[in-house]
Amino acid sequence: MTAPVAPWDLLRELAPQVLGAVVRRYGHFDLCEDAVQEALLAASVQWPRDGQPASPRAWLITVASRRLADQLRAESARRDREATAALDPAATAPAPDPGGELGQDQDDTLTVLFLCCHPALSGPSQIALTLRAVGGLTTAEIARAFLVPEATMAQRISRAKQSIKAAGARFSLPGPGEWDGRLDAVLHVLYLIFNEGYTATSGPDLNRPELTAEAIRLARAVRRLLPGDGEVTGLLALMLLTEARRPARTGPGGALIPLAEQDRSRWDRAAIAEGTALIAGALAAAPLGPYQVQAAIAAVHAEAGTADGTDWPQVAALYGVLDQIAPSPMVTLNRAVAVAMAQGPHAGLDLLAALDADGRLAGHHRLAAVRAHLLEQAGQPAAARDAYTEAARLTTSLPEQRYLTARAARLPDGKD
Amino acid sequence: MKYMLLIYNNPATYQAWTQEQRSALFGEVDALMKELTESGELVGGEALADASNAVIVRVRDGVRAATDGPYAEAKEQLAGYLTVECETKERAVEIAARWPDAKYFTMEVRAVMNTSGDEM
Repeated sequence: MTAPVAPWDLLRELAPQVLGAVVRRYGHFDLCEDAVQEALLAASVQWPRDGQPASPRAWLITVASRRLADQLRAESARRDREATAALDPAATAPAPDPGGELGQDQDDTLTVLFLCCHPALSGPSQIALTLRAVGGLTTAEIARAFLVPEATMAQRISRAKQSIKAAGARFSLPGPGEWDGRLDAVLHVLYLIFNEGYTATSGPDLNRPELTAEAIRLARAVRRLLPGDGEVTGLLALMLLTEARRPARTGPGGALIPLAEQDRSRWDRAAIAEGTALIAGALAAAPLGPYQVQAAIAAVHAEAGTADGTDWPQVAALYGVLDQIAPSPMVTLNRAVAVAMAQGPHAGLDLLAALDADGRLAGHHRLAAVRAHLLEQAGQPAAARDAYTEAARLTTSLPEQRYLTARAARLPDGKD
Repeated sequence: MKYMLLIYNNPATYQAWTQEQRSALFGEVDALMKELTESGELVGGEALADASNAVIVRVRDGVRAATDGPYAEAKEQLAGYLTVECETKERAVEIAARWPDAKYFTMEVRAVMNTSGDEM
């Protein structure tokens, strides 16, 4: 994911469309996916040198088809050499395209996305395959972004393709009965890609934040194809409103700056305006869903000039709605923060007591961190200090640990 | 989430084993490594040379002291590690339990710190 040169944006946009066209014609999703990657690579070398072809899409389809033919020929030759069973008719080289169906202007991006987020795949495999087949990223780029060796990422992608084959997944849009569940999976994968980039702090892994740009780009592509879906719009709005805060959320050396202390003049106003307009439109028109509620919460934060000036009763009410339609202890935890801001720290601490009893967040650093903040607000510095220290011990994030340790150090030792 | 699985064992015990026993153990290691490679969970790993070759380094008041160690041959030593990326801690523990040294010695599962951070 290094500086994209001229054709790169176009290539990435065309990647799933070209893959869709080739799979539609020849089958063999796994082999087609490799062939399209090779075609993208060839284009990135040849177009800047020889000029962009008149029809970039047709050029890529032709080159990918040729690569696929080479691959299938090599495979059937290997099979012949091994003198195994008769030639698999599916493995013959691609025939010419008499009906011209490859040229037709069908956008298969959504179909490819549904296949990459097939329920037979593990979460990490869905993410890796989506970034490669839909995002047009190379395996090396994805590996760098997820901080694993390239061989590990290559294995995840190849296993994902095997799983798709083994599951007998068809290259078609899911039917009405499974549509909602499958779209949920697609949106969740895009959300995870976004989050992986957003939580990255500046530091040794500078390419990771570009995952947010990639997730936003893919969410825009899905919204172009499903403009009336409120959750698709909600997710895009949530990403934009969250991303808007990124310039302000870390300080020198990647130190975390909490929402309350961020320099709001550094928030991205254009992204906020776009996200706010999107979520307002979705809330007015579509049935309510969790991404829309989260976007609405982000919009309330975005419109406040200061942390104190935030409409906290509104944020608390929205978290209440979220806790109804998509209940989870993490949502309750966030609601506790908003309730504390709206009604005072003790009201928040009461909600934490319910989470203690629930037990699902036991040993989770976020519970201890929120408790620490609320105890500090409630004027119990020693108890707050203990809770910060416990949170610092529990987190597996170095920037969070530095932040929590520093908060603890500001407070006096002893008893409240 | 990445986990480091620390492998502790006692080289003297291995030396007392028969060749067949040792081969069986290496076979189990190979099979598990193959599985972890294919699943895309294996991130890395190294075996360590015998601890009798280790050097313990300390700097006190600016003075460097390097000593050979540890020498207690009867004790378990850090023999190597593997780093895996798993969806759950339970999966990391399961892998550790299947590493053959877990049956005779000790495996330790430790979460690896990362540089990502949530908004606090």
